[in-house]
Amino acid sequence: MKKIIKWLMDENPLFVLCLGLCPALAVTTNFENGYLMGLCVMMVLLLSNITVSLLSRFISDHMRVPAYIMIIATFVTILELLLQTYVEPLSKVLGIYIPLIVVNCIILGRALSYASKHKLKDSILDALKIGLGYTLALGLLGFIRELIGSNTITIMDRISGLTGYVMKYEVFPTNDFIPNALFTSPAGAFLTMGLVLGIINMLRKGDVK
Amino acid sequence: MNLIGLFITSVLAENVVLTKFLGMCPFFGVSKDKEGSFGMGLAVMLVITLSSLVTYFLYNYVLVPSDTEYLRTLLFILVIASFVQLFDIIIKKNFKSLHNSLGIYLPLISTNCAVLGVVLLNIQNKFTLLEVLTYSIGSSFGFMLVIYIFSTIRERLKHAPIIRSFRGLPIAFITAFIMALVFSRYIGA
Repeated sequence: MKKIIKWLMDENPLFVLCLGLCPALAVTTNFENGYLMGLCVMMVLLLSNITVSLLSRFISDHMRVPAYIMIIATFVTILELLLQTYVEPLSKVLGIYIPLIVVNCIILGRALSYASKHKLKDSILDALKIGLGYTLALGLLGFIRELIGSNTITIMDRISGLTGYVMKYEVFPTNDFIPNALFTSPAGAFLTMGLVLGIINMLRKGDVK
Repeated sequence: MNLIGLFITSVLAENVVLTKFLGMCPFFGVSKDKEGSFGMGLAVMLVITLSSLVTYFLYNYVLVPSDTEYLRTLLFILVIASFVQLFDIIIKKNFKSLHNSLGIYLPLISTNCAVLGVVLLNIQNKFTLLEVLTYSIGSSFGFMLVIYIFSTIRERLKHAPIIRSFRGLPIAFITAFIMALVFSRYIGA
């Protein structure tokens, strides 16, 4: 268990490298949006890492960045169309943050620094590791913000058309706990992120000692 | 829609950085000194305005008639990247001093989500040409304003006594939180 956490946290794209901030703060107003956005990014990352590691021999050095951006943009467009067709409510909420995956520094960064230099198997593993770490981070942010901001945890609501279940729970009895809507507002995203980063820093120092 | 209202809204109440979280990377990365953030802001402003105009015409006169709206992401990122390249070459040739101060920020802009974000928002909100112009100038001005204010605060933060684990990025996020609170109040209750 400790090993898994270490594997996911050591190079966590969001908390350690601070990449991909823009969707991380924008869509994590509830748990469901958070982890689904993470999964979307992971899917694009996986596909682009596979393609890049297969094609990198044929792409000349000074054409690398434009070529990789085009590869990523193609997969993002596919994802966008799929979401629009099958889970429309979700694609409405995530809105422009789906096409914005194109300019997510995580994906281009991994393509340039890892997938273009490694074999297929390593690239897939790398994409899974980074993608899972990112999903976990987004889920955590969404969890905290939804719990404090609206006193609920949404596991499946917008994708219920696809899965057939609605899973949305109230956590505390309404009389005991007054939710603070600040946390689901844009400003709350900055606060949550700052606090989580600070607490992670504290825990890491504890590790060293 | 009232153009002046749109401009003020896009600068203050719907600031791209503080309410839509676009352009976060330069916001936390570049904003360590004042001059840098000012240069970055100017460059972003130019690129956003020009690429908004170009993508407006491309979307409405090429993609919509040919029924290929789904290609917008691909096309827009291509437009932005080539714009940044073109801009880089022109400035290098004609305005040497400007290039020296902007030079390092230009390549960063093509992966700046503020540019693609504003361009996509223009399309999503179905703006007319004048509104596109107002919105893109307004929101890029908002970007510049916020990043400049933030950099001046960060210069002071360097000398502030903060708990060790919160130094650097965590306190930067909390500063951004206070700024976002102030800006969101412009909506009025």
